[in-house]
Amino acid sequence: MDVNNKNPNQEPFPGDVHPTASGGIVVTKLDDVINWARSNSLWPLVFGTSCCAIEMMSAASAKYDWSRFGFEVARATPRQADVIIIAGTIVNKMAPVLKRLYDQMPDPKYVIAMGACATSGGPFFYNTYSVVKGADHIIPVDVYVAGCPPRPEALMHALISLQAKIKAGGRPEKMVIEHFYDKATK
Amino acid sequence: MEREALQARISAINAAVTFEEGGEMLNAFVEPAECRDLLQTLHNMDDLAFDYMFCLTCVDWKTHLTMVYHLESTKHRHIVVIKSKLDRENPEIDTMSDIWRTAELLEREVYELFGVRFINHPDLRKLLLSDEWEGWPLRKDYEDPINMIKL
Repeated sequence: MDVNNKNPNQEPFPGDVHPTASGGIVVTKLDDVINWARSNSLWPLVFGTSCCAIEMMSAASAKYDWSRFGFEVARATPRQADVIIIAGTIVNKMAPVLKRLYDQMPDPKYVIAMGACATSGGPFFYNTYSVVKGADHIIPVDVYVAGCPPRPEALMHALISLQAKIKAGGRPEKMVIEHFYDKATK
Repeated sequence: MEREALQARISAINAAVTFEEGGEMLNAFVEPAECRDLLQTLHNMDDLAFDYMFCLTCVDWKTHLTMVYHLESTKHRHIVVIKSKLDRENPEIDTMSDIWRTAELLEREVYELFGVRFINHPDLRKLLLSDEWEGWPLRKDYEDPINMIKL
């Protein structure tokens, strides 16, 4: 990504070029650079408990291809993953497994609750003995995705929103302004 | 075997069997005490040869339970559904696990979720729920104040 890139549809590199006689010096904050680098190489954990996982696979496949945004390195071990996409229903028996997977992921780690089940229990909210009414009862969630199941586009939007949140230093209020308001008005 | 022929053939085996009108498949009702004999015959007869049980489940009708057996013949490609009404307070029926091996796990599942006791079942334990689980979760009157939000 070019440092002087002014394309409003692309996130610019977080810094400025200070011109000097021999070419210029990049002036920036280390935190911003780390967040920028982190957000562009999120490794998702291979984790899916029901039909949302099918949509997640579709988002990874050739038609949608989430590797365009830096998510292609799906890991089968939580020790190498940055983000866990909770793709499906979490039942009481699965809850300790999910907690353990999350605990095994190295910091910094991010969570996306994909679809109605992971968000609130969804269709299993009433009259079920076995379903956790929202994955945020077990682990903290960064981004929620609506849908049953959400389309791959919705998951991609959630992943890009997560990138915006990381670039903003994890501050959701700044993310909302930068990601949604600025883009809509530019 | 066509549906009418199948119905006539089952009536010939057990005259007490009643049939349900409509439905995609032939539905036959039999008393639980005679259920095992009927299913054994359906499995063993060469012209019937129901060698494949593709579903075994139970339904809670609040007044009674109904066991449902879906059978198919891989030789003749005909399908029949056998149902049997059970007493809700004391649900008991003979196991089919020695006729179709698949019934062994399916009956364990029905046992843990509906509380039906399968007589002569080789290993009638809970399948997925923990051993200390109390109650039958798929019965309509099941209550769980901790995990369940009633509508």
